[in-house]
Amino acid sequence: MTTLTPILTRNWDQSDSFTREGYEREGGYRSLRTAFGMEPDAIVQAVKDSGLRGRGGAGFPTGMKWGFLPPSSPNPRYLVVNADESEPGTCKDIPLMMANPHVLVEGVIISSYAIRSNHAFIYVRGEVLHVIRRLQRAVAEAYEAGYLGKDILGSGYDLDVVVHSGAGAYICGEETALLDSLEGFRGQPRLKPPFPAVAGLYGGPTVINNVESIASVPSIVGNGADWFASMGTEKSQGFGIFSLSGHVTRPGQYEAPLGITLRELLDMAGGIREGHRLKFWTPGGSSTPIFTEEHLDVPLDFESVGAAGSMLGTRALQIFDETTCVVRAVLRWSEFYAHESCGKCTPCREGTYWYKQMLKRLEAGQGAEEDLETLLDLSDNILGRSFCALGDGATSPVVSSIKLFRDEYLQHFEQGGCPFDPSKSTLWGGAK
Amino acid sequence: MTANAADGTSRAYEPDVRERLERDAKEIIARYPKPRSALLPMLHLVQSVDGHVTREGIEFCAEQLGITPAQVTGVVTFYTQYKQRPVGEYHVGVCINTLCAVMGGDQIWDELSEHTGVGHDEATPDGKVSLERIECNAACDFAPVMMVNWEFFDNMTPEKAKKLVDDLRSGERVLPSRGPNTLANWKDASRVLAGFPDGLAHEGVQAGPESLRGLELARERGWEAPPADAGRERPQEPVKPGEVTDPPPNEPGKPIGGDVKPGSQEGRNQ
Repeated sequence: MTTLTPILTRNWDQSDSFTREGYEREGGYRSLRTAFGMEPDAIVQAVKDSGLRGRGGAGFPTGMKWGFLPPSSPNPRYLVVNADESEPGTCKDIPLMMANPHVLVEGVIISSYAIRSNHAFIYVRGEVLHVIRRLQRAVAEAYEAGYLGKDILGSGYDLDVVVHSGAGAYICGEETALLDSLEGFRGQPRLKPPFPAVAGLYGGPTVINNVESIASVPSIVGNGADWFASMGTEKSQGFGIFSLSGHVTRPGQYEAPLGITLRELLDMAGGIREGHRLKFWTPGGSSTPIFTEEHLDVPLDFESVGAAGSMLGTRALQIFDETTCVVRAVLRWSEFYAHESCGKCTPCREGTYWYKQMLKRLEAGQGAEEDLETLLDLSDNILGRSFCALGDGATSPVVSSIKLFRDEYLQHFEQGGCPFDPSKSTLWGGAK
Repeated sequence: MTANAADGTSRAYEPDVRERLERDAKEIIARYPKPRSALLPMLHLVQSVDGHVTREGIEFCAEQLGITPAQVTGVVTFYTQYKQRPVGEYHVGVCINTLCAVMGGDQIWDELSEHTGVGHDEATPDGKVSLERIECNAACDFAPVMMVNWEFFDNMTPEKAKKLVDDLRSGERVLPSRGPNTLANWKDASRVLAGFPDGLAHEGVQAGPESLRGLELARERGWEAPPADAGRERPQEPVKPGEVTDPPPNEPGKPIGGDVKPGSQEGRNQ
């Protein structure tokens, strides 16, 4: 049996967990001192050895990403933290930054030192006011304590950190769109290569990492790469925050080694809400193909979820019971992608628009089986042909739902409408 | 007609307002290696003065950054948080992305829109409240979720939603589930987004009950992360032994007191 491993969440039940005092009482900023006793390259190596893979969805090895920075460059280097958490279902970074912003700040300092950057940015989505306050204050407290600014703790190392609020655009979670946004433009993705490691923010070598990735760095430096790698599976090492939402008895944040299963997590969360059963779920947000009961025992690590036909993504486990109409769910996700498509490339801009038009009609029962073939054909024209991963992600719910729930689409057409009563799915309407 | 004066400067702002805006803009620009990076925070700043992005605000930003009003407008229209017409003093968002919609967000939206008589991105005639259908706000474990001026209102119902809006319109005190002990108005909230703290970071809970579910279970069952690698040198402790060992009972997370558990919403607006 897998058990929970509170690390980033360990101090969240302390009422002052978001203050420097509260964080230091639990051992915070000790890793920073360890880090300053190490060569920057040794920290990069430790992160490589730990096996840490990006926690923002793609799972790219963090240490390797750092290693891509050219050894020298005429332009300054930058660290940018992607705190633009907006993928539907994903809700781990926001509570992390609200309860424990200092673990992120400590991670930013250590990571910047490791990649020899003197300027870091935390790009946080703008729709989370109190989280932004907590980040602003944590950064200010770190300056006051001498953890930021000039000659940090007498190390001779300088670092400035800026908290930068976005303004409401999902696409800015895409790393190159984020850079454009941070430079003051519309947030549209850039052509790669050059990759940000070579030419990123202001054309300088840039590392962009997710909040949880950077927040994991102090624990790796403090406890050791082997410690981190002792958790998780062979190729998906370490821990992560699993976010359970929807029709579960106790939705919330569960920090566990990668490789835990939904069956285990559901058991911890009190199961599906009383009187109901699991119908479908997303392993890592709306951009990851949906799973069903069949996948309850798939280890939630990058390889196993991939082998089962989906993606681990951000461990955003959105759980839906049998009262939920899958066509309605897919329509709403498609409306989201259409709303958030940046408009730069045709397959995504036009494809998500047509998804929305078609699915609205199908959900209302005005469709025929050949419409499903049209949807799949449309998906083929988006997947792999879009400029960035937003378009690819948009196809996931459509294609996987047709594969797993074709009959439910057909039922809509046969009945000339949705066979489900939406009031039964609500928080207050589910009692049996 | 305003602005576009012959000397190229905007005439729309009163001198004292303009002076303050210029001072703030200078401070924002100084945060970045290149001035144009200041554009997003500066647009939040002009919203904190005008309530939405006005023609004057666009021209002010263009002028300060040495770019054209068209370039600024191109950015304004891309981001949903920049409003091109007035919003309410309290801007109310209802999450209608799949999970919240299914959990009741759709019903909340329908009832709230009917109750207030306004639709998406529209404000009530008294200018107190505006509504927006918002996308996922990263609080899915608290579904259905609403936001007021970008503060979290968790686990909402149609009844709670209607009461919330009624209270906002009548001037009753309203508190977010996870936020400070006062609810900032739209303009004040915009100023924080521009990077000017309002000093309220220490108020409110550190985490909501849902955020603590896994941690509480781990504590109950004695589950912990494995011990650190053997033989690792421990650095000098930042806190001297004998100093504070327990969290202070009611500081600084003020709403928590007595027997109320950390993260409890007791006494908060529900």
